[in-house]
Amino acid sequence: MFEFKKTSHEQKRKVWLRLWVAGIFVVVCFFLLVGRLWYLQVERYEGLAARADENRIAVVPIPPRRGEILDRNGAVLARNYRDYTLEVIPAEVSDLKAMLNTLSQLVYISPTSQKRFLQRVNQSSRYARVMLRNNLNETEAAWFAAHAYKFPGVTLNARWVREYPHGSSAAHVLGYVGRISEQDLERLERDGQLGNYRGTHNIGKKGIEKTWEHVLHGQTGVEEVEVTATGRPVRTLRRTDPVPGSDLILSLDLGLQQLVEKEFQGKRGALVAIEPETGEVLAFVSAPSFDPNLFIDGIDVDNWRMLNESEDHPLINRPLYGTYPIGSTYKPFVALAALELGVRDAKTKIYDPGYFELGRQRFRNAGSIAYGQTDMYRALVKSSDTYFYSLGPEIGVNALHDFSKQFGFGQYTGIDLDGERRGILPSTDWKEKAFRKPEQQRWYAGETVSVAVGQGYNSFTLLQLAQATAVLASKGVYMTPHLVNLVRNSQTGLLKKTVTEPSHVVDLKPENIEVIENALAGVVNEGTARVAFDGAPYQAAGKTGTAQVFSLRGAEYKSSQLDERLRDHALFMAYAPTVKPRIAVALIVENGGWGSTVAAPIARKVFDYWLKADTNTTLAEVNP
Amino acid sequence: MKQYFRWVLKVLTVFDWPLLALLILMAGLGLVIMHSAVGGTDWRFASQVRNYSLAFIALWFVAAVPPKYWLKLAPALYVVGVLLLVAVEFFGETSKGATRWLDLGVIRIQPSEMLKLTVPMMLAWYFQQLEAKRMRLLDLLAAIILLAIPFVLIVRQPDLGTALLVLLSGFFVIYFAGLSFRLLVPLGVVMAVGLGTMVYFETDICQPEVDWVVMHEYQKNRVCTLLNPSSDPLGKGFHTIQSMIAIGSGGVYGKGYMEGTQAHLDFVPERTTDFIFAVYAEEFGLYGGVMLLVLFALFIVRGLFISARATTQFGRLLAGALSMTFFVYVFVNIGMVTGILPVVGVPLPFMSYGGTALLTLGIACGLLMSINHYRQPSQAR
Repeated sequence: MFEFKKTSHEQKRKVWLRLWVAGIFVVVCFFLLVGRLWYLQVERYEGLAARADENRIAVVPIPPRRGEILDRNGAVLARNYRDYTLEVIPAEVSDLKAMLNTLSQLVYISPTSQKRFLQRVNQSSRYARVMLRNNLNETEAAWFAAHAYKFPGVTLNARWVREYPHGSSAAHVLGYVGRISEQDLERLERDGQLGNYRGTHNIGKKGIEKTWEHVLHGQTGVEEVEVTATGRPVRTLRRTDPVPGSDLILSLDLGLQQLVEKEFQGKRGALVAIEPETGEVLAFVSAPSFDPNLFIDGIDVDNWRMLNESEDHPLINRPLYGTYPIGSTYKPFVALAALELGVRDAKTKIYDPGYFELGRQRFRNAGSIAYGQTDMYRALVKSSDTYFYSLGPEIGVNALHDFSKQFGFGQYTGIDLDGERRGILPSTDWKEKAFRKPEQQRWYAGETVSVAVGQGYNSFTLLQLAQATAVLASKGVYMTPHLVNLVRNSQTGLLKKTVTEPSHVVDLKPENIEVIENALAGVVNEGTARVAFDGAPYQAAGKTGTAQVFSLRGAEYKSSQLDERLRDHALFMAYAPTVKPRIAVALIVENGGWGSTVAAPIARKVFDYWLKADTNTTLAEVNP
Repeated sequence: MKQYFRWVLKVLTVFDWPLLALLILMAGLGLVIMHSAVGGTDWRFASQVRNYSLAFIALWFVAAVPPKYWLKLAPALYVVGVLLLVAVEFFGETSKGATRWLDLGVIRIQPSEMLKLTVPMMLAWYFQQLEAKRMRLLDLLAAIILLAIPFVLIVRQPDLGTALLVLLSGFFVIYFAGLSFRLLVPLGVVMAVGLGTMVYFETDICQPEVDWVVMHEYQKNRVCTLLNPSSDPLGKGFHTIQSMIAIGSGGVYGKGYMEGTQAHLDFVPERTTDFIFAVYAEEFGLYGGVMLLVLFALFIVRGLFISARATTQFGRLLAGALSMTFFVYVFVNIGMVTGILPVVGVPLPFMSYGGTALLTLGIACGLLMSINHYRQPSQAR
């Protein structure tokens, strides 16, 4: 590869040759550059000079109007309003303090926003626009426009601002928009979207605002403006209008949503209601909530700390992110598994002495009540743990895993929100992967027993329970749960449905479903939920539950509140009516105590609201 | 008195006067156009004057140290540089998705910048050691490994632009040390054919669905924008189109100093840094542009001349490589501003705003002068 060199002299000669070659290469390349300059400045001079010198065209981006978010009846959940702001380019201001002094005598700028402004100037590039004041009224804007020449580097801008008129209502669904961060910029560059975001300040940060960002944002327009030598616009030469973002029509019903939010006032918990036939999410509540309007121009420190350090964790999206052992609400699915897998007949009776023995281990019923001879119906209605304890080893943890998986337990449901957690649907494979030490990786028979009553390693999101309930109600048809039901094109007004086909169908025998449904109707008619559903004009089917472990990550307890916070979670899953179910619900009241007294009454109110003909609306015909 | 006078004379003689004259001319032009680019005096102008002073002090210091000391220092500097890169990998500060900076408490440094000098020094040192021996394939491999270590570390930051510049600076040393033309020519042909194919098939390969495997999406976008800038006038193509308009509208004679409408009306992006040549060419026209190119060319030729006159292999290789690296900077920057190369973020030497780049340049010029000044009388063999 290398040419041989023996002496320094020879070496020197070799290098000389190479220096000549390099020198010639350099000269050739420079001629290339000179040629290019010639091409631009002589050949294309007239064209380019026409674009630059005579017309002085400024390419100005026109940010599109962000799509609105509406509920299923057309109530506006997120909209935009016009706002005037003062923005500063620090590099073009010689003395920031002096400018602030003069300006604040004429336009009111509060001391805190002055402080925040100076902070932001220090944090950002000197060429970046930094907002000094927003929400200028018409008079202030007009006044500044007349005096703008005194303040070089300060510009008056009009912008669209996002607004959530219902405040904390459905905040976890909507999410919020916020300033475009460096990470956002990087992602936009990767996706080739950077150009489309010129002139745009905010981007979806959470919730639907984030997952549907690509649809909501729209296409930025361009205006080629002729400007004078001082940069003042004279006339518009060419304009490509921005394409406003599409509107999103949610499947959510604001009335239902707010009814549930009222029920959860002062409580912690979550509720998800789904229409089984379509997968449309009718209500999606996480309590307590927060006001997304706080985030739009960057949240201030006090509010942020209040939200972030509250032990109620209002920012956490509970249905999506909180995972719980769902207790007895899991039993209908275990019973169905037993029937489908042919493990136990519905009529077979088990003697329940109040406990179940496996080897020398004894598993007790809640409250240690003995139910005596118990068949499947009685076991579900009375919520006999023993009956299901004994089912556990008969089905086997892996068979139960494979069956429950089809209902979405321990799986991502595929809902159109980000930050969904998967939870844990235990199996021997899972345990082997989850633990490191061999003795921990082993699956113990006793663990199958707890898993069969929804305890043990089971850890599901409330959304999964709601979805599984919906799948059960629709006799095995799995429609992906979704919040955005229709996308309305802002220009043509055409509506496009997001989910039309089931993602899969669970193979179930109708007679087995009937057994479970009868038992769940029994729970409502004569079992644990009978008080809550007394006198209901429709037949509901449901199951109460109680979960013993609190598993929101990062939760800390204060000793003064230890008792209240260590109470059991109250759960309820139900659907109604049993003939052609129109709504499936799952809910949890954290530390609420008994499912029958705390959780079931909320579901009753939800059903009453939804099944009353005059409040229930169907969606407009969908355009193809 | 006489002694004092002699000392002054001695310190002054370390300068290579033709090189220094070119430097002063370019720095002068740089300040003049910076004044216009910032639109009068502001903090960047003052700050750039300070940067020039610092760079000049560094130049003087480096020039006064004989090359034999630089030769001795080369491996140590190389090792320190690589260790700093490793430190960046573990403790570096991340901004905009890339980890390039290292916070030493007192100052924040960007080790990859240092490697632009230490890599060619190290390779020149390596070939100096081989001077008396025969060269084998193994030596080439060793040189490639010395080059590959910093290259890979910088690519991982990720900073492909700087990594390629470091790679080139090392490649030039290997080239001057005698990399066979039989290897070079096919390499050049393959690259030329590759580029040609790309330009020819632009419409196909720039479809969003096409994955280029070896490049990040944003790098693909840059190349595609170059092939067809009007495809994205607001985004990636914006820089190129605006700087081409500015340059073209300057015409043969330019619009006159401080009269460039495109630059002053804020159409030229990054006009004090990477795109300062657009401001220059708009105001001074083709004449000014060619004049600046001539200055750059003279500077490079002088550097190659110093390389030819050097008496040690180390000096020859280092001077040659530094000159050619300088050439790459100029060519890539002006190429990108005039729209024949992709936008890669390489500053224009002596013109663009930025302290670090000027300091590196000052040290490089110092090395050239040191090599030129401390020549040994040629030994006959």
